[in-house]
Amino acid sequence: MFESVLVANRGEIARRIVRTVRSMGLRAIVVHSEADSDLPFVREADEAFLLGGSAPAHSYLDTARVLEACRLTGAQAVHPGYGFLAENAVFAQAVMDAGLVWIGPSPSAIERLGDKINARNLMERAGVPVAAGTREPVTVLAQALEAAAGIGYPVMVKAAAGGGGIGMGVARDEAGLAKAFETASRAAERFGGGGGPAILLERYIERARHVEVQILGLADGTVLALGERDCSVQRRHQKVVEETPSPGITPELRERMLAAAVRAGEAVGYRGAGTVECLVDAAAQDFVFLEMNTRLQVEHPVTELVTGIDLVEQQLLIAAGEPVSFPVAPGGQAVAPVGHAIELRVYAEDPKRFFPGPGKIDVWEEPAGPGIRLDSGYVVGNTVTPFYDPLMAKLCVHGADRAEALSRARAAVAAFRVEGPKNNLPFCAELLDDAEFVSGDYDTGLVTRMRS
Amino acid sequence: MAEVRAEMVANVWKIVAAEGDSVNEGDTLVILESMKMEIPVLAEDAGVLSSIKVSEGDVIQEGDLIAIIE
Repeated sequence: MFESVLVANRGEIARRIVRTVRSMGLRAIVVHSEADSDLPFVREADEAFLLGGSAPAHSYLDTARVLEACRLTGAQAVHPGYGFLAENAVFAQAVMDAGLVWIGPSPSAIERLGDKINARNLMERAGVPVAAGTREPVTVLAQALEAAAGIGYPVMVKAAAGGGGIGMGVARDEAGLAKAFETASRAAERFGGGGGPAILLERYIERARHVEVQILGLADGTVLALGERDCSVQRRHQKVVEETPSPGITPELRERMLAAAVRAGEAVGYRGAGTVECLVDAAAQDFVFLEMNTRLQVEHPVTELVTGIDLVEQQLLIAAGEPVSFPVAPGGQAVAPVGHAIELRVYAEDPKRFFPGPGKIDVWEEPAGPGIRLDSGYVVGNTVTPFYDPLMAKLCVHGADRAEALSRARAAVAAFRVEGPKNNLPFCAELLDDAEFVSGDYDTGLVTRMRS
Repeated sequence: MAEVRAEMVANVWKIVAAEGDSVNEGDTLVILESMKMEIPVLAEDAGVLSSIKVSEGDVIQEGDLIAIIE
């Protein structure tokens, strides 16, 4: 086992990874920007290295500087968290070339799955269902119009590279497609990490649920599925609330989805933690592959709560070539989940329009109690800056069943006091009392309906 | 005269309109970026854009003057 891990990320996820790294008796090294110098993840690490200015390009996305930090701190392994460099195959390769352990799947798996078009084609060949869509990158509007005519409107338009739902849009006709194509192209150029715009068009499924499967590729080649997460509560195609188990799928559909996710992982020889995202047509109880995320997911805590498995610990063990810490039965069966877990993302944004509201944190009182887990990136006195995403904390609850989880979530949201930055806690409270959400029979259009 | 002010802390990503332009209500004047989101700043009145008080790359605070329409 390596003895030190450099966490190439920030905020709540860097803090959460540091916690596991240190609990395993390893040295936790973090890198940070000027804007983040006072955040808990910097203070709680064994060593902190200042990368540079606040803009991501001058700090967390500066690969040369992060590699320099590895060299100067003597780090033996790199955990990229999510976002930033997590799905950058060139960076992963550079880490390995520098003689360090990369805590993640192989650069070739990242590359093959990171491109959404390639991933779709790969999955189709592996027998995983996909929606009607483009098999080649679309680079100009004329191609997009032609492809959409073949697929049939409405279509979903998105950048082939990058994640986080940024730049994604639904087009219902040719005029809408022109607009969505322009937005996706711009996002591809700005956030996709270069390489020019490559756009993917897919048949858009109305009233779909977004359900994903957590997989774990073990050092011995076994691929496990650790249950699903329902991520259908979204605004601007970005997740706000996630829960497991999904209230919208039958045991039979769950079994098919988990089996498909294992096939997806096996098709690329997947190692480490990954997520197979799917769209579910709840009425038809059917699903299609959406994309695969080759990293730890923001919402991984809900899986940890119902399985009792520390996913970051497994990532480290797998990267070191060691067996995972929990028993795996022959045939790849993992532990059975217990109870129900919900994660609410506490964003620095107004609860009505969801517009960013960074600012200095004057009051920060965290809820505590049975079944409550809070993964937060900030403490009172910190400033939430406009340079990074608006996630301040993840409020997670675990209960014996969904009703208990909901009631714990309501109490925890009511007890969570944040003043300074705008925050979406009032939205979380509203959602937990929303009849559609409470019924469990909801889809990705829920938040839009709540605000119309 | 109408003052266009920032609704939040943000970086000025792009200046779309130019001083002296005639603008209509709803036209995009500048595009801000905050927390990985692009936020267009729109003209709330029609008129002539007499001045733009920010430059691309500026970090602006809530309430800062962005532009004046006359």
